[in-house]
Amino acid sequence: MIKHHLTDALLMSYAAGTLPEAFSLVAATHVSFCDDCRARLAGYEALGGSVLEEDEVAMLSGPEACLTRAVAPVPPMPRSGILPGPLAGYVGGGLEAVKWRPLGMGVRQAILPTSLRASARLLYIPAGVAVPDHGHRGVELTLVLQGAFRDATDRFGPGDVEVAGEDLQHVPTAEPGQDCVCLAATDAPLRFKEFLPRLFQPLFRI
Amino acid sequence: MLDSTDQVSFASGRFHAVPYAVAQNEAGVRLGNEDQDWSSLMVRVRDQRDRAAFGTLFGHFAPRVKHFLMKGGASASVAEDCAQDVLATVWAKAVQFDPGRASVATWIFTIARNRRIDLVRRDRRPEPETLDWMGGDEPDQAEVYMAAEESRVLTRALAELPDKQRLLIQRAYYGDLTHIEIAAETGLPLGTIKSRIRLALDRLRAKLSETQQ
Repeated sequence: MIKHHLTDALLMSYAAGTLPEAFSLVAATHVSFCDDCRARLAGYEALGGSVLEEDEVAMLSGPEACLTRAVAPVPPMPRSGILPGPLAGYVGGGLEAVKWRPLGMGVRQAILPTSLRASARLLYIPAGVAVPDHGHRGVELTLVLQGAFRDATDRFGPGDVEVAGEDLQHVPTAEPGQDCVCLAATDAPLRFKEFLPRLFQPLFRI
Repeated sequence: MLDSTDQVSFASGRFHAVPYAVAQNEAGVRLGNEDQDWSSLMVRVRDQRDRAAFGTLFGHFAPRVKHFLMKGGASASVAEDCAQDVLATVWAKAVQFDPGRASVATWIFTIARNRRIDLVRRDRRPEPETLDWMGGDEPDQAEVYMAAEESRVLTRALAELPDKQRLLIQRAYYGDLTHIEIAAETGLPLGTIKSRIRLALDRLRAKLSETQQ
């Protein structure tokens, strides 16, 4: 049972097509799990239809060319294990296809290729392990794919998404019993570039 | 310009007058001209490849898509070309149109939105998985009517908002507001709109529980 959902602002922006790619990936993945947010998204898309209806600018051309214009098909990516289609598309398969990088304490991450306005990563947190305290400079979305984590605010299980602002300093801890896999996205500027000495890098590029 | 009353002549000469605005809803209420039954036309495009019906849809929606894209920053010529693309997609992917899921305006909006994203080439927009029942059985008439009615109610609600509030919503959809600005914007009449959106929610919940039984 999903308890933590996308905000209205996120759903409206996703419907409008203006979210950074990394946030859209979280939204698409959450909606793949969550019927409530799927319905709310449909509502916001209907609102887009109403905005479209409002006004017009005369066309110079007619409909004839539409009938023969080539339209490229977009094949959907199928679900792969615990990864819904949109996420499997970025990973190129299921969890076994993820190229993890160790971060210490058994925690691993894999950065996904998105536009630079925001970054997306998969996080693997062994059962019972706490991710070191970190603050946020921007907005961070964390979607649970497997297992669960807790922080000062609540418990987050599969399909739940935590929307954290700059005010939240948290120590997410994976629940004992099962390793936790999350999709996290943040729009904070990355503080250090890859080539700087590891010593100066924050543990997470969040 | 083409409006919905212009006759669109195709080289094939297959054009014939489209008896639009004669559809009746479930309750037997006659739809007015402003409540054109776009869904029926779109279903004719989908099932019969009806070029005349497509011409009428083009006459109504292409100028709106062009306006939408220009508000998003496209030049008139780019918007014209992209509106052609969007309507070409409507013709080519008509088989994906499900009148029980969305009104024609909503469906075309999503195509126009995706086209605008291609245009800006900055942020891809991954799509959610589709549900099994999507694109499955033919929706019943009550669902088709509900989807169209929900759009009409929402359009009316939007039109009745004070200018300032309507402008905020338009800006969100034209791409002028980030999600942070939307979240921070206390002038956004989300309460009004959310009550309309609840219609969509109820409809989809009913559909989901029905298919899960």
